[in-house]
Amino acid sequence: MKEYRLIGKRLPRIDARDKVKGRALYTDDISMPGMLYGLILRSPYAHAKIVKIDTSRALKLPGVKAVVTGEDTAKVKFGVISRSRKFIDEYPLAVDKVRFIGEEVAAVAATDPDAAMEALDLIEVEYQELPAVFDPEEAQKPGAPQIHEHAPGNISREHHMKKGDPDRAFKECDLVREDTFTTQSAIHAYMEPRAALASWDLTDKLMVYTSTQTPYYVQQHLGRTLGMNPDNIRIIKPFVGGGFGGKSDGLSAVEFSAALLSKHAGRPVKIVCSRDEEFTAARRKHPASITMKTGVKKDGTIVARQSRAILDGGAYCSLGPLTTVLMGTFQTLPFRFEHFQYDGYRIYTNKPPCGAMRGHGGPQVHFAQDAQLDMIAEELDLDPVEMALKNGLKTGDESAAGFKIVSSGFAECLRKVSEAADWQDKKRTEKNDPKKAYGIGLGCGGFPSGAGFYFNKTTSAHSSVIIKAGEGGGLSVLTGASDIGQGSDSVVCQIVAEVLGLPIEDIHITSADTEITPPDMGTYSSRVTVAAGNAALNAAKAAREALFKVVADKFEASPDDLLAEEQKIFVKGSPEIYTSFVDAVNLYQKKNQGSPLVVKGSYNSPDPLSPTYSFGAYICEVEVDLRTGELTVLRYTVGHDCGQPLNPMSVEGQIEGCISMGMGYAISEDLRFDGGQTLNPSFLGYAMPTANQMPKIEITHVVTDDPHGPFGAKETGEGSLDPVAPAIVNAVYNATGVRIKDLPITSGKILQGLKDKDR
Amino acid sequence: MEKELLELTVNGEVQEVAVKPNDTLLEVVRDNLGLIGTKEACGVGECGACTVLMEGRPVLSCLTLALDATEQEVTTIEGLSTGEDLDPIQESFIQYGAVQCGFCTPGMILTAKELLGRDKNPDEAEIREAISGNLCRCTGYAKIVEAVQAVK
Repeated sequence: MKEYRLIGKRLPRIDARDKVKGRALYTDDISMPGMLYGLILRSPYAHAKIVKIDTSRALKLPGVKAVVTGEDTAKVKFGVISRSRKFIDEYPLAVDKVRFIGEEVAAVAATDPDAAMEALDLIEVEYQELPAVFDPEEAQKPGAPQIHEHAPGNISREHHMKKGDPDRAFKECDLVREDTFTTQSAIHAYMEPRAALASWDLTDKLMVYTSTQTPYYVQQHLGRTLGMNPDNIRIIKPFVGGGFGGKSDGLSAVEFSAALLSKHAGRPVKIVCSRDEEFTAARRKHPASITMKTGVKKDGTIVARQSRAILDGGAYCSLGPLTTVLMGTFQTLPFRFEHFQYDGYRIYTNKPPCGAMRGHGGPQVHFAQDAQLDMIAEELDLDPVEMALKNGLKTGDESAAGFKIVSSGFAECLRKVSEAADWQDKKRTEKNDPKKAYGIGLGCGGFPSGAGFYFNKTTSAHSSVIIKAGEGGGLSVLTGASDIGQGSDSVVCQIVAEVLGLPIEDIHITSADTEITPPDMGTYSSRVTVAAGNAALNAAKAAREALFKVVADKFEASPDDLLAEEQKIFVKGSPEIYTSFVDAVNLYQKKNQGSPLVVKGSYNSPDPLSPTYSFGAYICEVEVDLRTGELTVLRYTVGHDCGQPLNPMSVEGQIEGCISMGMGYAISEDLRFDGGQTLNPSFLGYAMPTANQMPKIEITHVVTDDPHGPFGAKETGEGSLDPVAPAIVNAVYNATGVRIKDLPITSGKILQGLKDKDR
Repeated sequence: MEKELLELTVNGEVQEVAVKPNDTLLEVVRDNLGLIGTKEACGVGECGACTVLMEGRPVLSCLTLALDATEQEVTTIEGLSTGEDLDPIQESFIQYGAVQCGFCTPGMILTAKELLGRDKNPDEAEIREAISGNLCRCTGYAKIVEAVQAVK
């Protein structure tokens, strides 16, 4: 691997200083003169007709400046996947009907939060309750309540794929296993609640500060639902306190209500969600039931896979139609098999809508896949690591869903972790302590580095970056790629600085402001490093080319013979012949009638699925108390191939964050329901991992030089999550002989499993 | 509700603020004093994002009435260091990559500050225990623990 000045270095984030000083502004930290405080009234019913809404009492309350309901809207539905009308199924404020507890029914704006709160109680909504359905199996039965007119049988989306002839292939297998796995309702639980601050100017232009992953989509969907040209809407993304997919729906009622209230009141309006709203009414991860059938040869070669998934979609589409597809395609990573069939059904229920959450369908199917392969390995008396090595996708392979692998370090990940964790010895640890048992398990993953398409119809490139040079030698970098805490601002600056030979401090980034920054799909599907990184790389190369041209003329040299390093542009081999970067910028302006140096770069995925894929192998070690079923996660040993890590410290941060989120998914996080009512809508009730519950983590970077990634980099933000939960599941089995097929793993399930085993 | 005038000592400065009896310290530092570094992530004392120091002890400002903060020295993240200077903990958080989205960071740093004030060399388990009331969804805590350990 080539050595770079900045690429591959453990650099601090460019925004870390502001964040540790408490100076970084998130949406709720921004206020405007005359600003009102908005709140949203939510449905107490899981399924009901709205008969009448009377807002007159609320409007009379001193301090209240506006109350809006669905009747005040253009009654235009939205849906982030707007290429198909079927997926546009949700009003930003309910019209005629509510379909889940927590659905947005009305909104108020008042001069202080207390008045807004009081006004919520004064809005009189007359509901006529309808029969509701909460279970996806029940919802498909004849006679079940119909949640949407357009979806008979409550099928929100079905997706079918077939490759080869799995039925015939199973007959030629030495072993075929079929198991059903189920997963629970989990939620992003980003630390910063969603918030939006909207204001209109007197020419009817709207400006919204919002905590979003996808400013461009918010602009488009706000335009659609408000009945205005999106170009008259300016979306500004300030600092965002995490998203993990929960802020990627293109629009939320928070943004819409703030905008509409502000229009009615003629004053800026800010809405900040409470944590209770975030746990009861925000998007969440799809609970799923996955029946997986896998056929293998005696030597462990995977031949065929057939699977069927039922996704509990909740009341609206959100990103769920895509989840339905991805739960099929993602199970073809990281292993190769020729015969494949998948049938996915996403079912509407009267619960909060499920959408994208980190891994987007991957964690569910990887749990199923890795647990089943572990069972198969045991039946065939094979080592799971050896079996994974035998089946892993290699560079040049194509997965059963058509993912073209242009670089794969999967085999090396497996070898490295197996050695680092002392897998061979540890998996033979004797189990003779009646009180506690040690176990070790493997989880594997592979993930696309970004989707190859927009969710709406557009002619925009997937990512674009504009660079504008200042005559002091600093560079303004404008990107619609949205840093939500993952560090994309730092990566974009690092790439530009590397190409132009500048210190990172000379790069000034704006991300994202739809009035200024070029369109970008946003932060989802683990796409930003590759897409925005490549756009930044292309823009930086364009800037370099423009500057090299004027400098080459000056030195009567060829632009090909120039280098940009240490804030200078010089002739290769003659470091004494140089011009400073700042002089080069001014020379450029002089040669161009004073016109500033402004360049742009764009990027589109060369493949409609994804440009490239990351890989990972995780080994987890656990200890189980055999008397109480208490599970302690001791250690993770991680091998990860994200191409060339641009900043290893940031890559590790993503992996470590995924381990805590994946561990929560495996052992504690579970939104419980009574009908449509979320029973544990709080951090305490939801129980995500705390610092003292985290295991030791050891990470090996398996470096591959990806042909598509900027400086050879691939994704790391989502794929790192997939192997976490199954590694624990397999370790628990190794420790106790209890096979968990239903997440999360609770002590109760372990104890029950131990009892059943003794019987 | 009637407001009353209250003297608060925040980051070494005596400030006079008009507060309602039910105003929390969190609301007052953010809304009255403009110290937006203190974050609200749950409002019910479950996440630690709103942690400030009162007489050097970490408290959840969302569960503390402003009225109860009189005659006490309150330190918010803005008061941990002056001007461009950083506290060694802040510097360490930057250098060790302990900051991602940054929303838990101010509360986390103040909790660590108190720990390091009473124990110069805490071991890893002590650090993890001390910050276990501060939730972070981004980092998995690994780099935060490293950063606290590295402060000399």
